[in-house]
Amino acid sequence: MGTAMLLKACGSAPDTADSAPADGDAPAAAGDGETIKVGLLHSLSGTMAISETTVVDAEMLAIKEINAAGGVLGKQIEPIQEDGASDWPTFAEKAEKLIDQDQVVTVFGCWTSASRKAVLPVFESKDHMLWYPVQYEGQECSKNIFYTGAAPNQQIEPAVDWLLENKGTDFFLVGSDYVFPRTANTIIKEQLKAKGGNTVGEDYLPLGNTEVTPIITKIKAALPNGGVIFNSLNGDSNVAFFKQLQGAGMTPDLYPVMSVSIAEEEVRQIGKEFLIGHYAAWNYFQTVETPENEKWVADFKAEYGEDRVTNDPMEAAYIMVYLWKQAVEQAGTTDIAAVREAAYGQEFAAPEGPVTMNVNHHISKTVRIGEIRDDGLFDIVSSTDGPIDPVPWNQYVPDTKGFACDWSDPAKGGKYETEGA
Amino acid sequence: MIEGLIGGLFNGISIGAVLLIVALGLAIVFGLMGVINLAHGELMMLGAYTTYVVQNGANLIGGVAPEIYILVALPLAFVVAALTGLALERWVIRYLYGRPLETLLATWGVSLILKQFVRSVNWAMVIGLVVFALLFFGGRWLIQKQRVLSPTIATVMGVLSGAIALVAGLIMNQSGSTALSRAWFSARNVDVTAPSWLRGGLSLGTTLQFPYARLFIIVLTVLCLVGVYWFLQGSSWGLRIRSVTQNRTMSACMGIPTERVDALTFALGSGLAGIAGCAVTLLGSVGPNLGSNYIVDAFMVVVVGGVGKLVGSIVAAMVIGIITYLVGSGTLALLLAPYPAMSPVMDLFTFFATTSMAKVMVFALIIAFLQVRPAGMFPQKGRTAEV
Repeated sequence: MGTAMLLKACGSAPDTADSAPADGDAPAAAGDGETIKVGLLHSLSGTMAISETTVVDAEMLAIKEINAAGGVLGKQIEPIQEDGASDWPTFAEKAEKLIDQDQVVTVFGCWTSASRKAVLPVFESKDHMLWYPVQYEGQECSKNIFYTGAAPNQQIEPAVDWLLENKGTDFFLVGSDYVFPRTANTIIKEQLKAKGGNTVGEDYLPLGNTEVTPIITKIKAALPNGGVIFNSLNGDSNVAFFKQLQGAGMTPDLYPVMSVSIAEEEVRQIGKEFLIGHYAAWNYFQTVETPENEKWVADFKAEYGEDRVTNDPMEAAYIMVYLWKQAVEQAGTTDIAAVREAAYGQEFAAPEGPVTMNVNHHISKTVRIGEIRDDGLFDIVSSTDGPIDPVPWNQYVPDTKGFACDWSDPAKGGKYETEGA
Repeated sequence: MIEGLIGGLFNGISIGAVLLIVALGLAIVFGLMGVINLAHGELMMLGAYTTYVVQNGANLIGGVAPEIYILVALPLAFVVAALTGLALERWVIRYLYGRPLETLLATWGVSLILKQFVRSVNWAMVIGLVVFALLFFGGRWLIQKQRVLSPTIATVMGVLSGAIALVAGLIMNQSGSTALSRAWFSARNVDVTAPSWLRGGLSLGTTLQFPYARLFIIVLTVLCLVGVYWFLQGSSWGLRIRSVTQNRTMSACMGIPTERVDALTFALGSGLAGIAGCAVTLLGSVGPNLGSNYIVDAFMVVVVGGVGKLVGSIVAAMVIGIITYLVGSGTLALLLAPYPAMSPVMDLFTFFATTSMAKVMVFALIIAFLQVRPAGMFPQKGRTAEV
């Protein structure tokens, strides 16, 4: 079966024009049919399924709402789901399948940076369009991807600033051993250097490792009188880390932990007893007080059950469907280049507050810090006054300092040097 | 300095204790029986999920129950894992003794099945399984009474009852009744919270803090060791197990029921895995992948210790635990700091003083050690030992 899939992908890659009629009644240009086909490309099986299925739920809710309100350009949206199976080459394969065989007009998908990097060449070579809903490490700005999660300056950097102001200047960085935490920690170290903070140590845990005693000893040795722990661990390691942190008697008043990958869903899995009083930085919490959010949370629970929670990546996934819909309506067509042009400047009253799509393909978002309270939700302790504009190329890291991204101007493109840098 | 040493020793031993309790069941199954059981981790996982179920039950009862649920969960985890192990031995492993490669593949397959079972089990699936068992085994029993059971009939019956059970399961899944089709655990990790007396730690002096969960695991490990030692050395079944391990043919000649001994030994090893699964819920997450995080460590301990000797596993677990801790926490590098002559060595240890790198170093040391002592620390002696 693997070979068959491979052959299919190879066979249809070079000539998209020929393969379309072969599909029988598949519309040649997707906009002409009765429905508008969009692809949803997430892991429905494997390790990442836990997180990615929640995002699919949010996307399906948005599509259902749009269809109930009359669809896009008078047509219903037809979602086509593909399973990336937590395996990065599979993501690339399925992306080709969605584009060539199903003739979708856009794809909503991916979670991990690894899967995004795997499909990136597919979308760029076919000049297609991907919407990506998760907060990530930045340092990327593709013409073919719209990023609706936070760039580092919309999550990590404000979190560090807030910690410096409120919790202390000595930081210990803990992360899982892969690309996101390492890149994030590089940024944090540069930022601390620039702002007068102090990195007293850093350590990385292999994915899936649950023995954190050595790390805890190191934190205690480096921060004998307490200090800030910045945590970018992922998955199972978080559970071990927080359970054993409590066992070692390190309480949030002396050792506040700021996490960037713990949201409402993860709190439920780790157990709130171990997390009360610690912090997380996101753009959206279920407890955000806006009329849009109250409606969204109620709608979501009505659709999927009273015990479900909403979180940041789900919200980003929900709004990206609406942003795409608005761009299509403004363009009056599903043609990719026209939609891309029309997407710039799109505004949407999201559950997190107003968001705007920028010419650098990222969106302006409000940044919030939440403290975990005893019902497992977040108490929002800090929030920016308005949306923060995204900066994909990091300005603390020497390699990318002075670069920016502007796809509305062909002369500038994905990475150009700003003046005065 | 003294406090640092005690703290270091305690932390090393506590890592070692986790390794040991995880490896203890495997030391019996792999060490004594020579069965490479890759599903050992999944038996742990079953123990952990048993703990989860017991915890939820205790929370429902309320009162003092949530404080003592772990004491109920431990024996129950042992029983659940032991019964699963028994079924595994009867239906799979029994046919594969002396064929390590096939055992390896078969048990790996079983581990995948168990993982997927936990992810997708729901009432519809359980009812389907029960229907299958009733039809197939009940039917077999009935036909056998008529003495007309032939392989063809058995196959046809298997296919038929499988198909009926499958259709029943599918219908129930699609009936729209969420009570039937809702997964019990789903693929998500579940939350097992230690009783409050096992959270926090015991403070000694200014810097020393012994987490209660760690102390509990150390005590539990010692109890398990004592129990296993008593069972193997003091009971008549232990005597039989030891004799079968040493010389199977001769034991059979002496009238020892080797098949029953095999089943019992395997169940015992599996039950210990269940206890280990219950213990590690105090430290880490509980999910379908729990077992895979520990299985490599378990084999590592048994191989380094020497296959066939429990004492080898004990020493190996402690040594590996202490080395992992000393290297990973940077204590070794710190100890060498006052001696300028040692600075290159110190640089080396500083380089390895992260959790990822410590793991690399421990494995490198193990590889080097196994070059010198291929049979581990305590090799089996005697003519039958393969060295």
